[in-house]
Amino acid sequence: MFAKGTKRKFSDPGEEPALGAELGPVVRPLSSTYSLQRQSLLDMSLIKLQLCHMLVEPNLCRSVLIANTVRQIQEEMTQDGTWQIMTQALAAAQCPADRLVATEVLCRPSEALAAAQSPKPLPAGPEEEEEEEEEEVVVAAAMEEDVDSEANPLSSSSFLPAPFGAEPGWEDEEDDSEDEDSEECPSDAEDVPDSRRGDQVFGTFEIKHPAPPPDPALEELFSDVDPSYYDLDTVLTGMQSTPKMGPYDLLDSLSPHAAPALSTGTSCRSDLNELDHIMEIIVGS
Amino acid sequence: MGEDTDAPLTPLNHRGFLPDHNYVTEADIISTVEFNHTGELLATGDKGGRVVIFQREPESKNELFSQGEYNVYSTFQSHEPEFDYLKSLEIEEKINKIRWLPQQNAAHFLLSTNDKTIKLWKVSERDKRPEGYNLKDEEGRIKDLSTVTSLQVPVLKPMDLMVEVSPRRLFANAHTYHVNSISVNSDYQTYMSADDLRINLWHLDITDRSFNIVDIKPVNMEDLTEVITAAEFHPHHCNLFVYSSSKGTLRLCDMREAALCDKHSKLFEEPEDPSSRSFFSEIISSVSDVKFSHSGRYLLTRDYLTAKVWDLNMESKPLETYQVHDYLRSKLCSLYENDCIFDKFECAWNGSDSVIMTGAYNNFFRMFDRNTKRDVTLEASRESSKPRAVLKPRRVCAAGGKRRKDDISVDSLDFTKKILHTAWHPTENIIAIAATNNLYIFQDKLNSEMH
Repeated sequence: MFAKGTKRKFSDPGEEPALGAELGPVVRPLSSTYSLQRQSLLDMSLIKLQLCHMLVEPNLCRSVLIANTVRQIQEEMTQDGTWQIMTQALAAAQCPADRLVATEVLCRPSEALAAAQSPKPLPAGPEEEEEEEEEEVVVAAAMEEDVDSEANPLSSSSFLPAPFGAEPGWEDEEDDSEDEDSEECPSDAEDVPDSRRGDQVFGTFEIKHPAPPPDPALEELFSDVDPSYYDLDTVLTGMQSTPKMGPYDLLDSLSPHAAPALSTGTSCRSDLNELDHIMEIIVGS
Repeated sequence: MGEDTDAPLTPLNHRGFLPDHNYVTEADIISTVEFNHTGELLATGDKGGRVVIFQREPESKNELFSQGEYNVYSTFQSHEPEFDYLKSLEIEEKINKIRWLPQQNAAHFLLSTNDKTIKLWKVSERDKRPEGYNLKDEEGRIKDLSTVTSLQVPVLKPMDLMVEVSPRRLFANAHTYHVNSISVNSDYQTYMSADDLRINLWHLDITDRSFNIVDIKPVNMEDLTEVITAAEFHPHHCNLFVYSSSKGTLRLCDMREAALCDKHSKLFEEPEDPSSRSFFSEIISSVSDVKFSHSGRYLLTRDYLTAKVWDLNMESKPLETYQVHDYLRSKLCSLYENDCIFDKFECAWNGSDSVIMTGAYNNFFRMFDRNTKRDVTLEASRESSKPRAVLKPRRVCAAGGKRRKDDISVDSLDFTKKILHTAWHPTENIIAIAATNNLYIFQDKLNSEMH
């Protein structure tokens, strides 16, 4: 109960460090600052995985470390429910018929988590470089399949969590990337207080390493698909000749959209914008 | 060694491959530096696949303070760029590592490797040539037999020194992933090569097969979370070797235990401090280099922010931890953004295992004295390295902090000037520092013998 006249704020950044410090790793601070930083880190990591050199084999150590970072963020977002929120928001943007199917399946968190851990390939969809990107394509293909044939609802749910979690922050990421290009070295004075704060905030949570078993139903569904083609090994070491979209096209395609204010009130709108983006890119318009 | 250094370092040589240019040609970037077992020879490899060997001139007895300088002895093209047609990928010619074999006769042998292929090179001198052939004249033309009236025995006459380098062995097609380390065994018959996921054992005379001794490739590549970052044989026990991983662990393996050494004998890992956990914890814990001490009792490892000395008998935590550039800890996000967080710094022991050395940014390199616990930061740059001048210790201060005359602020550090490769003479206080495309050789002026 709050005293009369006291307005309850959505989030109070001033409270955050104390909260985190008192309650230790159990309570994850969900301030918008922390979420933004985490989101931007996730976006940065996904972009890094995409922007591999096409001519020479990518550095496997670097790719593995970035992929592990992405997994960590994904796990944490799944645990504090942010992942579900985002995927549901995106699913809600689908055509009515699909929405019913998609959201229904999303309500089964264990399957979604299991599928996110071990993505299965679909024959449709352009070749992509990295695991995360591959999941994104697969999702789009799955959605298209739903539109066409109202086929297996499981296929659409399985891959939603992974890529679409990245969407809302892409305007952010565009700014980050531009900064990345223009800066020679990261000696950015303003960076220091934020990242230091970020590190303090990051430091209070603990990492769990779930390893849910792959869904046997899914394995059965895709048993006739040749997995080696989409094997991470093949993908990392055998670059395809012409990617559907070059690495810089992705960033260019983000430019028409202005960066919206990143308060949570507008997050749904940015999600819809992002979804349009992705659909355009994937469908190839 | 310390802040007020009583054994100052002087630059002995400054080898710039492109001395007067302001830009750096990619191909000239030095990618590895290695002294041979006596320290007489110093080899460097670069991104263009070339190897340059320097030889130390014998010390002149005339001048009091004349130290033997290193001059170019030989240059050769070790690796060429290749194209893997099956995967449509280029294979870089960059020399990742050079390792010398112990000298057993007049010739010198070294192993050099790029991402995929290891080569054994023979470096030999020719300073005499035979003269007085019976069937050939001085220019090599066949003599008319009718002019040959007597037999003579050809004699060896001195000639100008010529250094010949020839490839002796080619160890190819054994690595699917990028080779990051090679290490010659103390038995002088075998060596190992390590890539991101596998380690192979070779016999120096046999090129068509190698023996896989470590394989950490998961059945499903999507489950891959850890890679091998460096590997080295024990300096005395030919059955022991160590390899480091991207998760910050070291594994000591005994080849006598099993054919496939996936199961380690000892696992060295420092438990993580939960209060300092962040999204970057794993990345900065990734070990970029591991080196046995000369004694074989200790291991030196380098991760992004620290250098650690481990006792082989204690697996639970390192014996000593040295902060190389802790002021970067608050900048990890920026360093992740510009990929600097993935830079792989090497580390080195001095001959008596009392001092360790490693590189940093802004062309700085650091030395830590394990006994006195003093450390020093020095800079390898043209401006600060006139021959015979003493290097000034440098200091990095926090942004906005109090600055002395030669201090540099964290925000002014140049992250494109990184010293990744350093080497220490096996017995003397001579160090070789690779700064992008320049090689600096520094010598301890007053104490050329080790203490």
